[in-house]
Amino acid sequence: MLNTLILRCFQGKQFIEEPENAVLGKKFRGIPVLNSDKCDKCNKCVPVCPTKAIDSEPFQLDLGKCIFCGDCGRACSGGAIRFTNDHKLAATKRQHLIIKPGTTVDDYKNNSIKTKENIHKIFGRSLRLRQVSAGGCNGCEMELNACSNANFDMGRYGIEFVASARHADGIVITGPINKNMAAALEDTIKSVPEPKIIILVGTCAISGGIFQDSDVLNRIILEKYKIDTYIPGCPPHPLTFINGIRRYLA
Amino acid sequence: MNWIKTKNNKPLKISDIPLLQSDVLLSETVKECKINKRPVGFFGTEEEQSIRLFILLADDLNSDILVSSCVFTKGAKYPSLTCKMPSFHMFEREFYEQYGIEPTGHPWLKPIRLGTDKDYPFFKMDGEELHEVAVGPVHAGIIEPGHFRFICHGEKIYHLELKHGYQHKGVEALFVDSGRLNNCLAESIAGDTVIGHSIAYSNAIESLSGIQITQKAEIIREIALELERIAVHIGDLGAISGDIAYQMGNAVFGVTRTLIINAMLDICGNRFGRGLIRVGGVLFDIDDSLAERVKATLDRAVADTERAAKTMFSTSSVLLRLERTGIIKKEKAVDLGLVGMTARSSGIDLDIRKDHPYGNYKNLAVKCDHPSGGDVFARTYIRYAEIKRSAKIVYALLEILKNTKGDKIILESSNNIASDSLAVSMVEGWRGEIAHAAITDNNGKLKRYKIKDPSFNNWIALVIAARGAGISDFPLCNKSFDLSYCGNDL
Repeated sequence: MLNTLILRCFQGKQFIEEPENAVLGKKFRGIPVLNSDKCDKCNKCVPVCPTKAIDSEPFQLDLGKCIFCGDCGRACSGGAIRFTNDHKLAATKRQHLIIKPGTTVDDYKNNSIKTKENIHKIFGRSLRLRQVSAGGCNGCEMELNACSNANFDMGRYGIEFVASARHADGIVITGPINKNMAAALEDTIKSVPEPKIIILVGTCAISGGIFQDSDVLNRIILEKYKIDTYIPGCPPHPLTFINGIRRYLA
Repeated sequence: MNWIKTKNNKPLKISDIPLLQSDVLLSETVKECKINKRPVGFFGTEEEQSIRLFILLADDLNSDILVSSCVFTKGAKYPSLTCKMPSFHMFEREFYEQYGIEPTGHPWLKPIRLGTDKDYPFFKMDGEELHEVAVGPVHAGIIEPGHFRFICHGEKIYHLELKHGYQHKGVEALFVDSGRLNNCLAESIAGDTVIGHSIAYSNAIESLSGIQITQKAEIIREIALELERIAVHIGDLGAISGDIAYQMGNAVFGVTRTLIINAMLDICGNRFGRGLIRVGGVLFDIDDSLAERVKATLDRAVADTERAAKTMFSTSSVLLRLERTGIIKKEKAVDLGLVGMTARSSGIDLDIRKDHPYGNYKNLAVKCDHPSGGDVFARTYIRYAEIKRSAKIVYALLEILKNTKGDKIILESSNNIASDSLAVSMVEGWRGEIAHAAITDNNGKLKRYKIKDPSFNNWIALVIAARGAGISDFPLCNKSFDLSYCGNDL
C-alpha cells in the first residue's frame, strides 16, 4: 500500500491542462498548406501519393484521402506543399477536407468545424460514444484508447466510450469498412437510439485510405447515413479527436 | 536435392528451388520437422494450369531457411500434415482457402478469412448443463473485431472457438496489384507493429534489388524497432493491470507509454513511427541533440516502469490473478509452433534477432532473464524484462550511431528488382516472428506477396490457455497474448 502511494507521488500531475492550446512536436504532419506560386507544374507530387489524395489540375489536397506520409512535400522541389504541425484537422463537411492553394491554417480551422445546432439541448453536457472497427489496422483504435488515458483524460469533458451501442449517443467508425464487417457495423449503427451522431475517424473510414483499391471493401452503408464529423489522420492524434469533438459540441 | 538452403534476406532464383513430387515434399517436411525445423511459410502461387506450393522451414540452430516446392493440379487433395504436426494447422487452412487444394483428414478445416456468419461450422458439445457464450465481432472495448464462442459449464470454459476474418481487407493482393513500392501499405498491415512490418517489407524488397542500406539507416531502424517493443510492452503492462482492476498500474503504465511514443513522434512526426522507413533507408535522421532527448526519455521511462513494475509484482492481489492462469506448457508450445514473446515465456528459446540475425543484431545480446512457466504471470513479467533489455539495446545503438556521421540516411531506390526470385525476410517484432515472402515474375514485378504475422501462429495458444479456465479469466488471458486481428486477417 505504501509503495503504491509512493508510486502515485512520483507521478505528479500527468494530464494536459488545456488540450485546445497544446502544440505538437515540429515534425508532426498536420494541416497542410499549398502555395500555387511555388508550384512549377512538374506533377511529381501526384504519382508519389499512395492514396491519390493530391491533384495537380486543379492543385488541391484531399485530407479525406491523405495519410500524412509527407511524400508529396518531399517530391516537390519548389516547396509548394508544406505540412504544418497544427493538429486541428476535424471537419463537419466532407468538402471542407479539401485544401486549396491559399487556404491558411487559420482559414481551415475557422471554417472546417461547425458546432451542431441544439446538440446541447439533446445530449446535455455529456457524450457517450460506441466505436466500431471495420477492417482497420488497430492504429486508430490505439489512439482512441489513448484519448481516455491519464494524459488526455477526455472523460473530464463528459466524452466517453461505452461498451454497448444501446447506451451510446453516437457511433465512431474506424477502418475502410470491408465486406466482412459491413453487416455487423450496420447492426451496431441501428442499435444506437435516435437521435444519434456518426463520426468517421481516420483516413480509412473517410475514403478507404491506403485500402481504397481493395476489392473486399463494402462502403455502401455510408451512403445511408449522414456523417456528422470527419477526423482525418493516419491515425488521428488523440488531440485531433478530442479538440474536434469538443468544437462540435460547443 | 530436396531442399535449398538460404538465409534471412538472401534471395533465391525460382529456378534453383527444388520442385518435388507432392508426396515426397510432404514426407520430407515431416522428416525435417522431426529434427527441429519449423514452418515459416506454406503458401501457393497460381501457375497457368496448376498451383505451386512453397514450403519454407526455419532451421533456427544454423540460421538457415529451407525452401522447397511441389505442384498440384487445381482441385487436388493431399493427406494433411496437421494430424502429425499441429503447427501446420493454420498454414494448411490458409492454403486450402486461397487455392482450394484440400488437406484431407485436417481436424479443423474451416474458413479463416472468408467464412460468413450464417454457415460457420462451430464445434458443438451436447449436455443439459452446458451453455454457449457468443462474443463479438463488435467487442465491449475499443478493439478490433473477432468472434469468440465459448462452451461453458457454469463458469468453466470447456472449449473456446475463434472465428476470424472480420478485419480481412486483401492486403496481400494490394501489394501485388498496386505495382509500386508501397511502404505505406506495409505500415498498415498491423497498426501496432508499424516498424516491424515496415522493416520486413523493406528488407525483402532491398534484398531483391540488391540494395545495401547504410549503417546509419540500419541503426535508426533498429532503434525504432526496439522503441516500438518498449512502447507496446509498457502499454500492455497497463492493459493487463486494467483487466485485473489494478488501476494504479493502468494509469502509470499508460502515461509511461506516452513518453516513448512521443519520442517516436520527435524522431519521425508520428507516434507509431509511420513515415520513418522507406525502401533504401529511413527518411529521418537522429542527430546528436535528438539522440540525447531519446536517451533522456528512455531513462525516465525505464525508471518509471521499474518503480511501477516492482510495486505491481509485489502486490499479492495482482499475483493471485496472474499466477497459474492460462498455462501453456513448453511441449504444447512446441507442438503448436508458437513464436515470439509467447513462446519464450513458455520456455522456448526462439528470437529472430538471435536465431536469424541481420544488421547490428549480429553483435547485440538480446537474451534476458525471465520466468518461463507459460502462465499469464510469465507472459506479463517477460514484458518487463524485455523492456529493460530493449532499453539497453537502444543505448548501445545510440552509442554506435555516433560513428556514422558521414552516412546517408536513404539511398536512391532503383527499380531493378530481380526477376523470377524469392526473398524471405524475418523480423522479431514485439509479438514475435514476422515473416514476409516476396516472389517476382519474369519482369521483376511482384507476383506473390505473402505475409505472416506472429498472431497467425499464436491465436491457437489462446484457445488452449482458455480451456479449463474460468470465463472471468478470459479477458486477462487474451490480453496476456495481445494478438493482432488484422495481422491474422490481412
